[in-house]
Amino acid sequence: MPELERAKQTETETAAAGGRYFLRFTREQRYMHAALFTSFLGLAATGLPMRFSESFWARKFAAGVGGFGAILFLHKFFAVVLTIAFALHVKEIVQRGLINREKGIFWGPTSMVANWKDVKDVFGHMRWFLGLGPRPQFDRYAYWEKFDYWAVFWGMIVIGFSGYAMWFAPFFAHFLPGWALNAVLVIHSEEALLAVLFIFSIHFVNTHLRPDSFPMDMVIFTGVESEEEFKHKRTLEYERNSQRGELEKKVGIAPPLWLVNFSKIVGFTAIFIGLTLLVLTLTAYFS
Amino acid sequence: MTDSAGHSIAVDGKKFGDSIHGSLQCNNCHADIKGYPHPDKIAPVDCKTCHADQADQLKSSVHADGKEHPCTSCHGNAHEIFAKTDARSQVYPLNVPKTCGQCHGKDGMAGKHGLASVYPNYIDSIHGFALSKEGLLVAANCQSCHGSHKILSHTDPQSPTYKANIPQTCGNCHAKIDADYEQGIHGKAVAAGKMAAPVCSDCHTAHAILQPTESEFRMQSTPICGNCHKDKFSTYRDTFHSQLGSLGGYVETARCWDCHQAHDVRPASDPSSPINKANLIVTCGRCHAGANKSFVQYQPHANARDRKLNPGLYFVRLFMNLLLASVLTFFMLHTILWLIRSRYQQIKTKNGNGGKHA
Repeated sequence: MPELERAKQTETETAAAGGRYFLRFTREQRYMHAALFTSFLGLAATGLPMRFSESFWARKFAAGVGGFGAILFLHKFFAVVLTIAFALHVKEIVQRGLINREKGIFWGPTSMVANWKDVKDVFGHMRWFLGLGPRPQFDRYAYWEKFDYWAVFWGMIVIGFSGYAMWFAPFFAHFLPGWALNAVLVIHSEEALLAVLFIFSIHFVNTHLRPDSFPMDMVIFTGVESEEEFKHKRTLEYERNSQRGELEKKVGIAPPLWLVNFSKIVGFTAIFIGLTLLVLTLTAYFS
Repeated sequence: MTDSAGHSIAVDGKKFGDSIHGSLQCNNCHADIKGYPHPDKIAPVDCKTCHADQADQLKSSVHADGKEHPCTSCHGNAHEIFAKTDARSQVYPLNVPKTCGQCHGKDGMAGKHGLASVYPNYIDSIHGFALSKEGLLVAANCQSCHGSHKILSHTDPQSPTYKANIPQTCGNCHAKIDADYEQGIHGKAVAAGKMAAPVCSDCHTAHAILQPTESEFRMQSTPICGNCHKDKFSTYRDTFHSQLGSLGGYVETARCWDCHQAHDVRPASDPSSPINKANLIVTCGRCHAGANKSFVQYQPHANARDRKLNPGLYFVRLFMNLLLASVLTFFMLHTILWLIRSRYQQIKTKNGNGGKHA
């Protein structure tokens, strides 16, 4: 893994008991996910009361945090945090892919970019769901993980742009037609609603709550996963590294207990907040 | 001291002496009492003997029934009546609401006739506060709008509270606002006999009148206009102004009259209307510093469901809805099938792959 080559060498010690652990995410990537989900939860918690401002909980929540002015302030604050995170991420891609010419960023089995195998995997996976074929084997990023990534990437551009267009409407009006100022609210709220519904139901289940990972996939918090899990979930990546004799490079240390517990608290809190917001959204949407 | 029926006939000589009738002799009113001992049956005192004009006015009013509404029900104890300019009088401006409230309150007589309890509404209104908290003698009390002796039903065209007369009644104090209102589309409609148009009380209510710049009124105001302008209210509710404005504590977002004016409401075609195209930059600019020509093309009542009126918005919304529906439908099915299949696989192989990892 290109990005893992920069991983700390001290982490390559093999855990004495409980089998080996392999690095999947760097510290920076885990921090990026933390920044992402914290600001996303903040944006959802302050955005949903605005979207469903006539629902019973929206006014109570707004009053609880100090009225609408406070809600809008927090929403803008989290938006700026997320914008900075997004900019740092784009900078990293440009740095590694275009300037350092690192391989595997834009193409290949380790890239986030979709390829023909992903298309085949979608159909193969569904055939397996229905018992019509074998379970496909996945590489570093499976197609639903790539979808998650690009959905967030596209979502940040769309929601971010439409959000800033509302924030600085008179400025944006210099180069947007008048009706676009009407459209940005529709785009912002619909795309955000999609993001909320998708993350709090589909991402949660696909990544954390499905039987293979239940109740939570800790790899995004600890950065490492067990050899057994690595082999089962990302067979192709495991085999490729194994054949090239590069598996050793990816060995990390077993996560210390405090990190596991801390991750559980943070992760379950995020999932709990997310599911609460999901229920509130659904009650407001269908009432 | 009681009479043969047990009623007290005591009179506080000091108070009577102070009262407006203090210079009168007892038998000026109790004319049938000539000597002592008094006759067994004494005729009720007839105030009309002196106050004929008031009695005439009362006769045509809703309080005409003398048995239910004797003069004393408003003016108080017959031997302790003071001039209405005297703070001790029950009909002194600051005491009027309480006096009327004896019947027109929550458990008052008026309830028995199916009349609303208006006293609590009034006393919590801006007029009620001005009167009870500030002691403003000019603050509207009951009789400022309803009159005193000749109180008529609001269904009587003679009544100051008859719908067509309300602008003038309120205009007795609020002259400038009445003048503005008469210029506006609502005032002109009412003057032309189109009584569906609102008068003061349709928006401000009759008794529970709030200070319109305060958040409580701003929060409840848009549905009032929406009672008649249903389509405009519905499209307003789709916008940012409404969504933000519905949340408690934030009342700055534009309500109907922030753009349309409250009293001098004019159609957009009128050059002096704040929503006339030529005036939009100024009108929007009151809140949105830097509003320009393109900015004011924003439609505060755009309808994303109307393809002819707002084609761009219509297709944007259609696209977003299709995107939302297709992504969620696909992944919902995908996730449910996946869940079932992996659970089945787990049970079949008795091998939960999850759980052991960190």
